[in-house]
Amino acid sequence: MDHISPVLWHFLIKWLTNFQLYPPEASKIAPQMDALYFFMVLVSLIGMTIVVLLLTSFSILYSKKRHPVAVQIEGSTMLEATWTIIPLGLFLIMFVWGALIYFRVYTPPANAMNIYVVGKQWMWKAEHPGGQHEINALHIPTGRPVQLTLISQDVFHSFSIPAFRVKREAIPGRYTSVWFEATEVGTYHLFCTQYCGTNHSAMIGDIVVLSPDDYKKWLNQSTNGMSLSQNGERLFASLSCSACHNGRPDARGPSLAGVYGTKLTLTNGQTTLADEAYLREAILNPSEHVTQGFSPIMPTYQGQISEDGVISLVEYIKGLNSNDRIEQTLNTTTLLPDGEGKAPSAVKKAAAGPTSATQGMVKQ
Amino acid sequence: MSDSTLAAHDAHAEHEHPPYQRHHFETMEQQVDATGFAMWLFLLTEIMFFGGLFTAYLIYRNWYYPAFVAGSHQLNIVWGTLNTGVLISSSFTMAMGVWSAETRRKTALVLWLVATLVLGLAFLGIKTIEYSEKIEKHHVPGIHYSIKSFTDPQSDPEVYNLYHDKALPLDMARHTEMYFGLYFAMTGMHALHMIIGIAILSFMIFRARAGAYTTGHVTFVENFGLYWHFVDIVWIFLFPLLYLISRHG
Amino acid sequence: MSTIVSLPDQSTATIPKVNFITKEHGILSWLLTGDHKRIAMLYLASITFFFAIGGALAGLIRLELLTPQSDLMATDTYNKVFTMHGVVMIFLFLVPSVPATLGNFLIPLMIGAKDLALPKINLLSWYLYVAGGILVLYTMAAGGVDTGWTFTVPLSTHYLNTNVLSTGIAIFIAGFSSIFTGLNFIVTIHKMRAPGMTWFRLPLFVWAHYAASILMVLGTPVLAIALVLVILERTMGIGVFDPLKGGDPILFQHLFWFYSHPAVYIMILPGMGVISEVISTFSRKRVFGYTAVAFSSVAIAVFGFFVWEHHMFIMGVSTYSTLVFSLLTMLVAVPSAIKIFNWTFTLYKGSITFETPMLYAFGFMGLFTIGGLTGVFLGTTGTDIHLTETYFIVAHFHFVMVGGMLMAFLSGIHFWWPKMTGRMYPEKISQLAALITFIGFNFTFFPQFILGTLGMPRRYAAYPAEFQVLNVFSTAGATILGVGYLLPILYLTWSLKYGEIAGSNPWQATGLEWQVQSPPLTENFAEIPIVDHDAYDYEWLEKKHEREAVTIVG
Repeated sequence: MDHISPVLWHFLIKWLTNFQLYPPEASKIAPQMDALYFFMVLVSLIGMTIVVLLLTSFSILYSKKRHPVAVQIEGSTMLEATWTIIPLGLFLIMFVWGALIYFRVYTPPANAMNIYVVGKQWMWKAEHPGGQHEINALHIPTGRPVQLTLISQDVFHSFSIPAFRVKREAIPGRYTSVWFEATEVGTYHLFCTQYCGTNHSAMIGDIVVLSPDDYKKWLNQSTNGMSLSQNGERLFASLSCSACHNGRPDARGPSLAGVYGTKLTLTNGQTTLADEAYLREAILNPSEHVTQGFSPIMPTYQGQISEDGVISLVEYIKGLNSNDRIEQTLNTTTLLPDGEGKAPSAVKKAAAGPTSATQGMVKQ
Repeated sequence: MSDSTLAAHDAHAEHEHPPYQRHHFETMEQQVDATGFAMWLFLLTEIMFFGGLFTAYLIYRNWYYPAFVAGSHQLNIVWGTLNTGVLISSSFTMAMGVWSAETRRKTALVLWLVATLVLGLAFLGIKTIEYSEKIEKHHVPGIHYSIKSFTDPQSDPEVYNLYHDKALPLDMARHTEMYFGLYFAMTGMHALHMIIGIAILSFMIFRARAGAYTTGHVTFVENFGLYWHFVDIVWIFLFPLLYLISRHG
Repeated sequence: MSTIVSLPDQSTATIPKVNFITKEHGILSWLLTGDHKRIAMLYLASITFFFAIGGALAGLIRLELLTPQSDLMATDTYNKVFTMHGVVMIFLFLVPSVPATLGNFLIPLMIGAKDLALPKINLLSWYLYVAGGILVLYTMAAGGVDTGWTFTVPLSTHYLNTNVLSTGIAIFIAGFSSIFTGLNFIVTIHKMRAPGMTWFRLPLFVWAHYAASILMVLGTPVLAIALVLVILERTMGIGVFDPLKGGDPILFQHLFWFYSHPAVYIMILPGMGVISEVISTFSRKRVFGYTAVAFSSVAIAVFGFFVWEHHMFIMGVSTYSTLVFSLLTMLVAVPSAIKIFNWTFTLYKGSITFETPMLYAFGFMGLFTIGGLTGVFLGTTGTDIHLTETYFIVAHFHFVMVGGMLMAFLSGIHFWWPKMTGRMYPEKISQLAALITFIGFNFTFFPQFILGTLGMPRRYAAYPAEFQVLNVFSTAGATILGVGYLLPILYLTWSLKYGEIAGSNPWQATGLEWQVQSPPLTENFAEIPIVDHDAYDYEWLEKKHEREAVTIVG
C-alpha cells in the first residue's frame, strides 16, 4: 500500500469509518419520513434494475451479430397499459403516504411549546416564551412537541434541521410554522437552505437537544429576567395600546382579553380566527382588520416595531386573560421611562408611537 | 429524391409565382395561412404576457380594495374616455387601411395609415399629460411618493369635490402606492406596445407610398392590423379596470 | 416481415458540390441568411461558446467545494459564479440547445418543407439570442450578479447591489428569442408539412418539438412579465413584491415557476425527441407504440403547466393546494415512465448496433430514469420537506438536465453530424468520449444525492467538514466529465476537414432528412416529396433501395 499517497490513504480511512447514507434520526417524524424515503429508494432501485436488465439483455440478444434482421412490431396495448398503470399506482401510493407526513409536519399539536424564530441576513434569532434569546442556536428538550413560529425580517430564509427531517421557509411579512418532537439528546446542524445573499453559507447554527432536566437548568441560566409577554406588556403600555384596548365600556378599541383563538367578525363581514398571524397583521395593517362595531381609528405600527417587538406583543395578547392589569397601569402611571433600558432592541421608535397615533386619529 | 440533385433548380423555375411569394412556400395560400397563424400565436403570447399583470392587479385589488378605489379616483376619467375614443377610432382607421390595401387603393391606404399614426400619437400625447399629472402630485411610486391625497383628501380639492372620499387610514393609504405601481406597469407596458406599433406603422407608410401593399399582397398590413387591434383590446380591458370599476361609490 | 439493410459503400461517396454551405460565401452570407440550416449552424457555434463559459464556471464551483472553507474565492464571488453558471447554462445553453440547433436544422427536412415558415423571424431569434448573450457577458465583465438564477424577491429587488438589471434584461431578450423559435416551429409543423405527411406520420422528434414549442410560446411571456416587474420594483419601487409596501413575494414565486417549471420540459422534451430517432435507427426498428410516445410528449406539455407549485411546498402555501399540485406532479411523471419503457421495448427483436449516438442514448435512458425517479421524491410532499433546497435537488436536476438533456444533445449532434456537415465523426474516439462522459457524470453527481440526503444545503460556499469526502468525489468526477466534453469539441472540429465523407444516409435511417444529400441543398428538396409511408418504415426504405438498384442497373 505504500504506493498510495498517505494523504489519500488517510482520507479514505476517514471516509470509510464515518460513512453514512442518511443523517441521524433525532425526532419523532424522522423514522416515519425515512420509511417513506427508503420505500421510494426501493421502488427506484427495482425500477432501475428492470430498465437496466431489459436494456442489457435486449442489447445482447438482439445485437446485429446475433439478430441481423429486425422484426417490426407496432406496439402492444397490453404492455403499454401495464407500464402506465403500475408506475401510476406506485406514484399514487407515494403521493398519499407523502401527503400524510406533510400534514403531520405542518400541523402542530395543540399542546406544543411555541418558540419564535426570526431570520435576518445572516443569523437566526430564537425567542423562548420565558424571554431567553438565542442567536444561531436553539435549545430544546426531548419528549416535548416544539412548535416554531418563523418570520423573516428581510429576505426569504429557510430553517432546516436535517436530523429532524423538517424544514420551513421564513418569509418576510408572514408567519409560517413547523413542529417537531426531539427524541435523541445531542447537537445537530441548523442550516439556512434558501439562498439569502452573501453570507448564506454562514447562516448556520446548532440545535441543542437536552434532557428535560438539563433544559430546565438551561432555561434558568439563560433567563434575562423578563419573559416575552412581560416585554410585550411593557410595549403595550409604552405604545399606548392600553389607551383604547382597556376593556372599559367606553373604550375605542375592542378588549383583547381572551381574544386569542376566538372567531372574530370584521367590519367587512368576514369571520376570521384570531391567531398569531391575525394579531400580527392587526398591529401592522389595522384598517383591514377592524372588529365589527369599532371604527378604523387605530394607527399602523408598520416600521415602528421590530419583528421581535411584534412577537412580544403577540405573546402578551395571547396570554391576556383579564383587563385588570391594564386598568392598574392606566391608573398608576402613563409611561414607564425606566423600562426603556431593559430591552432596547424590542422598541425601535417607541417615542414615535404616540405621535403617529394622534395623526391617525385625526379623521374619523 | 436521390442525391443527384444538381439539376433540381430548374424544376422550381417552371412555375409562375407572384413576386411577393417567398421561395419556401408552395402556394400563396399557404404563405398567407402560415403568417396569419403565426400572428395569432404571437398574440396568444402577448395575452400570457399581460395576463401576469392582470393577475397581480386582481389579487391586490381584492386585498387592498379601499386603496384601489381611492387610487382609481385619482385618474382623470375625461382623459381616459377621450383616449378610449381615440384608440377605437384608430382601430377603425386601421381596419379601413386594411380594406384599402385589399381593394388596392394606394392613396386611401396611405391616408388611413397616416390617420392611424396620428391617432396613435394622440393617444400617447394624452397619456403623457396624464403621467405628468401623476408626477406633479407625487403619485409615482418610489422615494418621492406622497400619500397626502389619501390621508387628507381635502388637500386635493379637484378630486375631493368629485368623490368626497373619506380619508384612508395610514396603512391603507400606503397601499395606494401599489395601485399606482400597477397602473404605471400596466399602462407603461401598453404604451410600449403602442410605441412599437407606431414605429412599424411609420415604416409601413413609407413602404405603402412606394405601392408595396396595393399589389394584392396584403399579409403584412393585415397582420399589423391584428396587432393594432390587440393593443386596442388590451386598453379596452385596462380602461374599466383602472378607471371605471370603482366609480359607483 | 423483416428488413435487411446493406450499408452503402462509403468510399465512393462524395460531398455534393452544391449544398447549403457552399451556396454562398462570405461572413455576410451567414449573418444575413434566412436558411434554417445556416441559422442552426450559427446557433450551434454560439451555444457551444456559452456552454464552454458555463462549463468553466461549473469547474470553478467544484474547485471551491473541494475544501469545506471558502478559500478559493470569497463567498460573494462564489455566489456570483453559481448564479452566472445557472443563468448561462439554463437560458443560453439548455433552453436553445436541441431546439435551436437540431430542431432548426431538421424540422423542415423531416416534414418535407423548404424552410421554416418564418425565416426572417428565425434569424431575428438568433440575433435576440446573441444580444441576450452579449448582455450576460457584459454583466460578467461589469462584476456579475449574485441573485441565483431564480431571482428570489425581495433579495433580488431590495437587498443586492449587483447587476440585476442587465441580467434581467438579458433573460428577457433571450426569452423572446425562445418565443420566436417556438412560434416558428408550431406554424411550420401546422402549415408546412409535405403532401401525405399526416400528423401521425411525423417523426417523434417533431412531436416532441411541437410539445416543447407550446410551452415556449405560452410559458416564456410569463417569465418576461415577472422580470419586468422585478426591474420596475428595483428601479421605481412599485411595491408589487415588496412586503413592506403590502406586496407579496410569494406572487413572484408563482409567476416565476409558472414559466420555470415548464421550462424544464422545454429543455428535456426535444432531447426525448432525439432519443426516439436514435433508438429506432440503431435497432432498425420502428418505435414501440408510436402513438403513446407522441401523446406522452403532449401530455407532459399540458400537465407541465399545472405543477409549478411543487417548487413552493415549504413556503407556507395552503396545505390543500399542495395536495393538488403534488398529485398533478405524480401524473406528469407517468408519461416519462411510458417513454422509457417504450424506448426499451423498441430494442426488443431489433437488430442493434452500438455507434456513438446509441451509446449516448443508452446513457440518457439510464441517467434520465434516475433523474425522473428522484423527481418523484421531490414531488411527494412529505419527502420534499427534507430533500428540497439541498444537494439532492441539485443532483436531481443535473441528472435530468446534464445526464438527460446534454446526453441527448450529444447523441443528436453525433447522429446528425454527417447530415449537417457531410462528414463522419471519428467513431472510436467518440465512443470513448461517450464512455468517459457517462463515468464522469456519475462520479460527479451521484455523491450529491447522498450529500443532499445528509442535509447539505445548496448554494453554500462553505460547508461542515463532514461533507468533504463526497464533495471531493464530486470534484474529481467533474474533471473526468470535463475531459468527456472537451473531446467532442476537438474531434468534431477536426472532422469538419478530415472526417470521412458520409454520403446521404450513413445510418440507413428512414427520416426524410436522410433521403436527401448531405449536406442538404439550400432549398432542402429539389422537389417536394410526397409521403406515402409512416415514420420509421424500414420496409419502405428497403424497397426504395431496390427500386434505386433497378434504376441503376437498367
